[in-house]
Amino acid sequence: MELKEKLMSSYLAFEEQVDMENDIHNVRNKAIKFFETTGFPTKKMEAWKYTSLNSILKEDYSIFPKKEDAIDYKDIKKYLIHDIDTYTIVFIDGIYSSHLSRTTHDKLDACLMSSALNKPKYKSVMDKYFNKIVPEESMSSLNTAFAKEGAYIRIPKNVSAEKPIQILNFSTGNESALMVQPRNLIIAEEGAHVQIIERHQSLTDNPVLTNSVTEVYVGKNAEVDYYKIQNDKTTSSLIDNTFIKQERDSTCSLHTFSLGGKITRNNLRFYQHGENCNSILKGVTILEGKQHVDHNTLVHHIEPNCESHQDYKGIFSEKSVGVFNGSILVDRLAQKTNAFQSNNNILLDDGATCNSKPQLEIFADDVKCSHGCTIGQLNNEALYYLRTRGIPKKEARALLMFAFANKVMSSVKIPEIKKRITKQIALKLEVELGFNL
Amino acid sequence: MLKIKNLHASVDGEKILKGINLEINAGEVHAIMGPNGSGKSTLASVIAGNEDFEVTEGDILFEKANISELSPEERAHKGIFLSFQYPIEIPGVSVTNFIKTSINQVRKARGQKDMPANEMLKKIREKSALLDMDRKFLSRSLNEGFSGGEKKRNEIFQMAMLEPKLAILDETDSGLDIDALRIVSDGVNRLRNKGNATLVITHYQRLLDYVIPDVVHVLMDGKIVKTGGKELAKELEERGYDWLKEERAEMTS
Repeated sequence: MELKEKLMSSYLAFEEQVDMENDIHNVRNKAIKFFETTGFPTKKMEAWKYTSLNSILKEDYSIFPKKEDAIDYKDIKKYLIHDIDTYTIVFIDGIYSSHLSRTTHDKLDACLMSSALNKPKYKSVMDKYFNKIVPEESMSSLNTAFAKEGAYIRIPKNVSAEKPIQILNFSTGNESALMVQPRNLIIAEEGAHVQIIERHQSLTDNPVLTNSVTEVYVGKNAEVDYYKIQNDKTTSSLIDNTFIKQERDSTCSLHTFSLGGKITRNNLRFYQHGENCNSILKGVTILEGKQHVDHNTLVHHIEPNCESHQDYKGIFSEKSVGVFNGSILVDRLAQKTNAFQSNNNILLDDGATCNSKPQLEIFADDVKCSHGCTIGQLNNEALYYLRTRGIPKKEARALLMFAFANKVMSSVKIPEIKKRITKQIALKLEVELGFNL
Repeated sequence: MLKIKNLHASVDGEKILKGINLEINAGEVHAIMGPNGSGKSTLASVIAGNEDFEVTEGDILFEKANISELSPEERAHKGIFLSFQYPIEIPGVSVTNFIKTSINQVRKARGQKDMPANEMLKKIREKSALLDMDRKFLSRSLNEGFSGGEKKRNEIFQMAMLEPKLAILDETDSGLDIDALRIVSDGVNRLRNKGNATLVITHYQRLLDYVIPDVVHVLMDGKIVKTGGKELAKELEERGYDWLKEERAEMTS
């Protein structure tokens, strides 16, 4: 059976598991209808021109995995930022694992989407926020239809979460192939502050397809600092759909570290619904083999006096493929917008590919928008310069790649993440450097 | 220390060096002067091991060993240093991290352990003071947005850190104002000792007012056409290079 049909028939079974009287169910019904009409995206669609899902849609995915598996902390420790104190919300094969998690309701909510969707006390919040900024697109609609579990994080007015919050999704390989669709909702109310780390990780080589949707609401003068660590096995694929709505005077930065996985697609949309917003989108992508990462970004400037900064760097070796499709949309009202976009790529091998496509639509006349993309090789002159200082060729190459990626790392605010990602990059480049960048 | 015998080199098939002979002993400062396009920078690059240049004939001996086939890093490990005319900007790596990597890679190649962190710090502090460098400068990205003078000062800082046996200064005076020139020259002079040697490549005489050479060579059309003492530099400053061209033309005719 084709995956689409399988999903359609699974939806009927899914309905039996959830409360059909709940208003949310109307949202789900509408979403599955949309997915039924559109199906999975194909390369014929402009937004998917460089990324084909065919190779991952042919697997016979299990849609409803069996109950939580006995996973020990030691099995997952290395995937956690464990050297600092954090709240952690852990899902195993899409199911919440209470013994691996450290949630809270003290001062802030770092808990479960399933409770937020079902408990009456969250109803008003759900009415206000659930699925309000998710565009009707095939993958996000599919997620909405099956929306059931994920992280629910709410930081009340003027509260600063003193610990970062980690959202971790593990797959065990108990199923020969697994599809999971986490649904996260993050609300930072006025003046709130939070740091979030998200990761999807398979523990075996069985194929996994994750189609996740995250809605992030950044209130007035609030600050959200979000890190996505994508370093999964080459048998796992991820469609990440993240939608961010910012109110006035807010800041949201989102770093995406794409170092692993088979096919990764990041649909990242920022909507600025107030003046003086600042949106920061950064990415480091380092791929090898036949890995494929597609960054599809949008910053929608709706109000005046806002800023956005997009900076994505990619290093591609062997037959890997990188795609960057970065859009900036400036509405007529959004005067004095300052939008910056940069995408730089290094191709290390002849077989590696990179498609970089900036897309600027500007309807205001008093704005500053700049964009630049480069695709090139390592600078030979720089390589020679380093070698005259006694740094051997291999290390010099690695140092240059490090330096290249480091421009993005410099804005990482959690030192443990910086350290870890730097180490992973070094590992990936097969070098040991005598310092941390 | 350095002995160059009948060196011919070309780039993209174009012959640039056409039979250079040069011998520099420990403790000496040699200057190479010459008009633009005479091959001065090429000579520096070839000694440093730039792979864009092809040595078609002749040998380069460093401490009696033939280094013509060695990579740039191997030459650096042996103690050869080139101060670039146009130092390369490397965004994303700080001056400090760069010099740490450089020193420890050289030590590694020589079979030594990494320099202890406190020793490294002390040395960085000492050498940056020698060149009157701002501490903030050390945490900036290598050469990125540096002024011409800052770049050159940074080159000499690296030289001070690496303590090479042979330092080649390629047009180190270009882009320097008079104060920077004095600081850089002072730095070079203080690094001089009986065990090391310096090869100064320059178009003008003014650097040689500060870094006094023992021997001055004039390079023209890929060959050393005249060798003399420090007074030769002054003569060139006054008379230019044309008289040498004429002298040569007469000789060849």
